[in-house]
Amino acid sequence: MLLVEQILNGLLSGAYYTLLALGLSIIFSLGGVVNLAHGAFYACGAYLTVLVAGPLGFAAAFAVAPAVVGLMGIAIETLFLRRLYPKDPTLTLLFTFGLAMVFEQALRLIFGATSIPFSIPDFLLGQLHVGGFLYSYYRLSILAVTIGAIGGLWLLFHKTSFGLIVRAGVADTEMVRALGISIKPILSLVFAIGVGLAAIAGVMSASLTGVHPAMGNEIVTAAFVICVLGGLGSFWGVVIAGVLVGVIKGVTALYIPPAAEGSIYALMVLVLIFRPRGMFGVKFARLE
Amino acid sequence: MKNSKSAGGLSRRQVLKSGVTTLMAGAVGFPAIIRAQSDTIRIGHITPRSGFLGTLGDYGFRGVNLAVEEINAAGGVLGREVDLFSEDSVGSAVAPTKAQKLIERRDVHFLIGEISSGSGGGVMATANRLKTLYMQTGCNSDALRGEKCNRYTFHVEAGNTMYTKTIGNWQHRAGNVQGKKFYMLTADYAFGHDLARVSTRFLTDKGGIIMANELIATGTPDYSPYILKIKAANPDFVYINLAGADQTTFLKQYKEYGLPFKVSGGVMDTAQFWGAGIESITGYWQSLWYHGLNTDSSNAFTAAFTEKYKKPPENQAWGDYIGVKIMAQAMEEAKTTDSRKLIALLESGMEFDILKPRQGQFRKWDHSLLQQMFVVKVKDKADMSDKWDIFEVVEASPGDNEPLGAIQPTKDENLCKMG
Repeated sequence: MLLVEQILNGLLSGAYYTLLALGLSIIFSLGGVVNLAHGAFYACGAYLTVLVAGPLGFAAAFAVAPAVVGLMGIAIETLFLRRLYPKDPTLTLLFTFGLAMVFEQALRLIFGATSIPFSIPDFLLGQLHVGGFLYSYYRLSILAVTIGAIGGLWLLFHKTSFGLIVRAGVADTEMVRALGISIKPILSLVFAIGVGLAAIAGVMSASLTGVHPAMGNEIVTAAFVICVLGGLGSFWGVVIAGVLVGVIKGVTALYIPPAAEGSIYALMVLVLIFRPRGMFGVKFARLE
Repeated sequence: MKNSKSAGGLSRRQVLKSGVTTLMAGAVGFPAIIRAQSDTIRIGHITPRSGFLGTLGDYGFRGVNLAVEEINAAGGVLGREVDLFSEDSVGSAVAPTKAQKLIERRDVHFLIGEISSGSGGGVMATANRLKTLYMQTGCNSDALRGEKCNRYTFHVEAGNTMYTKTIGNWQHRAGNVQGKKFYMLTADYAFGHDLARVSTRFLTDKGGIIMANELIATGTPDYSPYILKIKAANPDFVYINLAGADQTTFLKQYKEYGLPFKVSGGVMDTAQFWGAGIESITGYWQSLWYHGLNTDSSNAFTAAFTEKYKKPPENQAWGDYIGVKIMAQAMEEAKTTDSRKLIALLESGMEFDILKPRQGQFRKWDHSLLQQMFVVKVKDKADMSDKWDIFEVVEASPGDNEPLGAIQPTKDENLCKMG
């Protein structure tokens, strides 16, 4: 029974990772940017939650945090990343790596290094007991938010003309340009959506971990692993890998607790041996 | 369809390498050179400024800065200005190199700091090899005072046995140990292993039962799998041997699941409990130093720190602050910066005002600071005067009529042979 409970709990935990990894994945898919600053945007989302939830309520943080972080993303993409696309891709890695450090130190300077307490809102406090199983309302709300985000993104990318351009851009950027469609604003918007998703993950995590400047470092590596596991650029691959990571960590914690955090890396190695493009990765010429 | 190179041109191998880059990011430290002159007293401060101990390290950094500022304002040490060199120790693989750099390149008169017991062991070995005095201010592992002890290291931070005995004796008197079942969660590195060892020894000696001891990687973001295991085990107490930000994360998530089992633990850092928030904490804990202690010198330190940093100090700020003050007092007393003469003085039983009701002194055979600790009770939210006011000091341990060594490990428990 404990095994079943851990598997079900892993599904919930996986939702938390998926939210972060999805943003990382879509930014990479179109722009080819491995956003090493993704954890910093996630931390910004958590700090904005602390600032906004007090005067405006927790629900308002859901609107404000992704909006503000999305605007920050547009500014950064427009002012800096755009200049680096045509150049050596290592430059975007270095830039986002540096950006992560700048953000972390800026948060430390502004808010201090101490973890800021932020509690679960009263209306999400409590637990659901089903049979012998225990679920917190808050984790269930994270699952709901993640399902909403996945559904919203799928509709955006598959049922709108914007999504059509994005998918075309992912497949062949030059062809989209040749058809007279400017890819630049699309890249900006996709970057904004990606970091906005990180901000939503930050909103949800503010109550679960301490809100501190380095909080992004703790989770961005797991998000990166999920992207690689699922297959770089694969939307559903990331979703499935996120859930799998949650389950693997939970089950490992049950039987071999010290290996729980390391288990996802073992899984990644295993998958890459047999599926070098990840579980659902497709053949991208630019990645070969 | 073919994909364009212009939008990225990134190879899969490069993408995977970037992941390694992320993991390696923590291996880069950020040296902070405060000031340097050749005719000064030079202090090398080393502590983690990032990662799960980064919050505590920041408090230590502030504490050491305040101490240096106060000493210089009062005329320095031996009539010489004090210079501070500070390094991010990063982790156990890097810390000894940083310590060596401070000693050899900065020519510091003594080292101070560190929080991670894994890193602290390396710093101690470096200090001993290069014959430089090291005032250890944040590592709890008993092993550093026992099998790894050395002549050049003095321990301001209390050892795990001291933390365990302080709260353990109180809980035992309250009937919360004999026959009670404990479920331990332990940080999977030197500090946690050592704390689990001494906590298990204490609790089982007093008739407690250890149901499980889960080793958990540091920086774990999700404790829900362990909380579900605790629920299934049905203990009397959850006993945490976690460090740094992991304390905060666990306490918040434990509250989320609403389990009825009380939480106790082998260590408590005030900053991490501030981070968890008053809603997530409850019960009785042990504290090395708390800003609510009402002594003249403690109040003065709290006031100066709060004025400078707009928030009160906590135990790590106290440790680094008082470590510098002890060294300054010892140098003035010995009228020298010579390490061997200072060691002899510190071993002689010289007493120091350590901002507690009773003065402290170093125990000769293991260089552990003989000092009081405190049992504190989490306040009701309604009784808090501000957001920092989370504890009520219940009692000092050892008490006024007990020897200061009462909570220290005995030679049988933790023998140190300095050679």
